[in-house]
Amino acid sequence: MLKQVEGSVAVAEAIALCRPEVVCAYPITPQTHIVEGIGALVKTGELENCEFINVESEFAALSVAIGASAAGARAYTATASQGILFMAEAVYNAGGLGLPIVMTVGNRAIGAPINIWNDHTDAMAVKDAGWIQLFAETNQEAVDLHIQAFRLAEELSCPVMVCMDGFILTHAYERVDVPTQEEVDAFLPSYDPVQVLDPADPYSIGAMVGPEAFTEVRYLAHEKQLQALRLIPEIADVFKDVFGRESGGLVHPYRTEGAETIVVALGSVNGTIKEVVDAMRDGGAAVGSVSLCSFRPFPLTELGEALGDAKHVVVVEKSLAPGLGGVLASNVRMALRDSALPVYTVIAGLGGRPITMAALEEVLVAAAAGRLPDTQFLDIDHGVVEHDIIRARKTRRSGPTAENILKNLAAATAVAAGEGDTS
Amino acid sequence: MMNIHQPVYLEDKLEEVESSGKLAYRSQTLPTWCPGCGYFSIVEGVSKAMTDLGLNQKDTVCVSGIGCASRFPFFMNTFGFHSLHGRALPVATGIKVANDDLTVIVVGGDGDAFAIGGAHIPHAARRNIDITYILFDNGVYGLTKGQTSPTSIVGFKTTTTPYLNVDQPLNPLMMLLSYGASWVAQAYAGEPHHLTEMIEAAVAHRGFSYLHVLSPCVTFDKTSMTYKNLGMTVRPLPGDHDTSDFAAAMAAAQNTDLPQLGVYFAKERPTLADGLNEIAARAEATV
Ligand SMILES: Cc1ncc(C[n+]2csc(CCOP(=O)(O)OP(=O)(O)O)c2C)c(N)n1
Ligand code: SF4
Repeated sequence: MLKQVEGSVAVAEAIALCRPEVVCAYPITPQTHIVEGIGALVKTGELENCEFINVESEFAALSVAIGASAAGARAYTATASQGILFMAEAVYNAGGLGLPIVMTVGNRAIGAPINIWNDHTDAMAVKDAGWIQLFAETNQEAVDLHIQAFRLAEELSCPVMVCMDGFILTHAYERVDVPTQEEVDAFLPSYDPVQVLDPADPYSIGAMVGPEAFTEVRYLAHEKQLQALRLIPEIADVFKDVFGRESGGLVHPYRTEGAETIVVALGSVNGTIKEVVDAMRDGGAAVGSVSLCSFRPFPLTELGEALGDAKHVVVVEKSLAPGLGGVLASNVRMALRDSALPVYTVIAGLGGRPITMAALEEVLVAAAAGRLPDTQFLDIDHGVVEHDIIRARKTRRSGPTAENILKNLAAATAVAAGEGDTS
Repeated sequence: MMNIHQPVYLEDKLEEVESSGKLAYRSQTLPTWCPGCGYFSIVEGVSKAMTDLGLNQKDTVCVSGIGCASRFPFFMNTFGFHSLHGRALPVATGIKVANDDLTVIVVGGDGDAFAIGGAHIPHAARRNIDITYILFDNGVYGLTKGQTSPTSIVGFKTTTTPYLNVDQPLNPLMMLLSYGASWVAQAYAGEPHHLTEMIEAAVAHRGFSYLHVLSPCVTFDKTSMTYKNLGMTVRPLPGDHDTSDFAAAMAAAQNTDLPQLGVYFAKERPTLADGLNEIAARAEATV
């Protein structure tokens, strides 16, 4: 049914339609509305046969989901930011054990400094934990990916993380088609676990494995991701048959035919990027974009094909690997390992900084002209950076960076407003 | 007794407040809490206690986790450390171990303390590290906008428990007593004078002091720990309560329906620093 609904509420409804049996909740902004939405559905009875449990931390939330999944229940939880880091040990545990838990991540920056706004640092922090990571571009896709995620997770027996941009998607009211129970039931079979604690066939999960077999067990986790490369598009096709719309899959190329400059990005920023592509195409520029829906597994071949004819590849990413630059960009380079195509990294949107059409267009024009540096920070204020470097050099005990920068910004604002000391 | 129906105008009090000296302990940042939040009494109480104890701002550190309560260090003109959700106690332990001369005051909410940070409390208490832990208990997660906390009562309606909470609340006083805290007391944000007295005693105690402050969240709790409900139920500990009697403290802590205010238990015993010094002395003796 089409309705105007907050992204988090739409996802909560989608989760309920997937008939989870155990949902664990621990609040953290900007994810909280999702678990609150599920709580509301438990109250109205719309979500039946589900144990909804408020736990004491994210570590507990995912650990409860691990226990529930091992006991044969379809288990779900949601988190963001600091929550992912706090549950990191359990994230690797679920990945290593191959328990088909589905978890939403309302992507948010990670501190310090403390920041509640959107970027992708949280998802990137656990990118190699053996989970499938899907990124939603819109709230419609967030709903659809969750429904696909349960099927994918359970067919492979592998946990799936559905990432949706905090605030930009979680808190945005958009028109979303929330499917009916009949449609979802036709698409998602009931959970048939690969491994379950069963008294008739008792075994203990959580083996200790030494060097004699550790590599093989780990290889099989990799192999499962390779299977997912095949399964993700298949499931998206079945989804299209049942629900009549395209959602999911590995990559979404947009106007890449004949494009000389192609932008690659994860998540909702692809909406802005497409607008920029349209505007620039209208002006005669040969630009296109690829929205990457699946980050893990990373679709090396499919992405390589989508980018094959470009002359410049610009990766716009909302995370930073200090000491390296871009996380996504280094993965994209891997997809282009056989070509000499330049791959530019544009670090953008950190801690919720807006990614504007104007700034993106400037970057694309510079890339097309071969004027873009390898790594660029979109809209960075070099004055602020330099000021702090000089300040810190002046004295050994220079104090915390973030606090000093904020103090200077506040002083500058006051001066601009004519309040401060202008001396 | 003061006539509570007589309005008090801040302007009339300005001189008194300024001359009290307690503003010296407050930062330029005004608290961002909701008007009416019980936490205002605590920041006031700590400032007053520091004035009375003559503490120097530069010798004092306020350490917090994450939550409305944990914004506290921003509002104080002392050193401050706003750490991670649930991690205030170990961070404070590090600070105190590194510099034993500092007065360390740890603050935080009931969620920060007993949910995500619960694992640290027993250890800080049993080690008897010489810090003061002021727990702001409002029975709800304030910062994340009103979910159940480990001290929420059964039947409490929140955004994550629209069907009413079914989990039994913890009893923090009994927990801290059994963990071995050497000083345990309870105060109420609605009784600021007593609260200030308790803060002073907590800071003065040598060892791990735990002050549990009942503090209404006026925004997300309209039914449970309200000023009205707490105002009707809190009462002082009996005058003959013996603070050296552990069993009496445990018995008093069981009375959660009628929370009693005052010092439950106080006992001098070696602190973590004493223990570390002893190890060092022993090591020295062997060389
Ligand atoms: C690891 C982690 N998980 C979740 C959060 C979100 N969070 C911030 S404060 C808070 C609870 C606050 O409640 P409480 O500690 O009782 O303090 P209050 O806001 O009521 O003062 C939560 C869950 C976080 N910051 N970090
Ligand atoms: S939400 Fe509650 S605890 Fe937080 S500042 Fe407001 S009244 Fe105080």
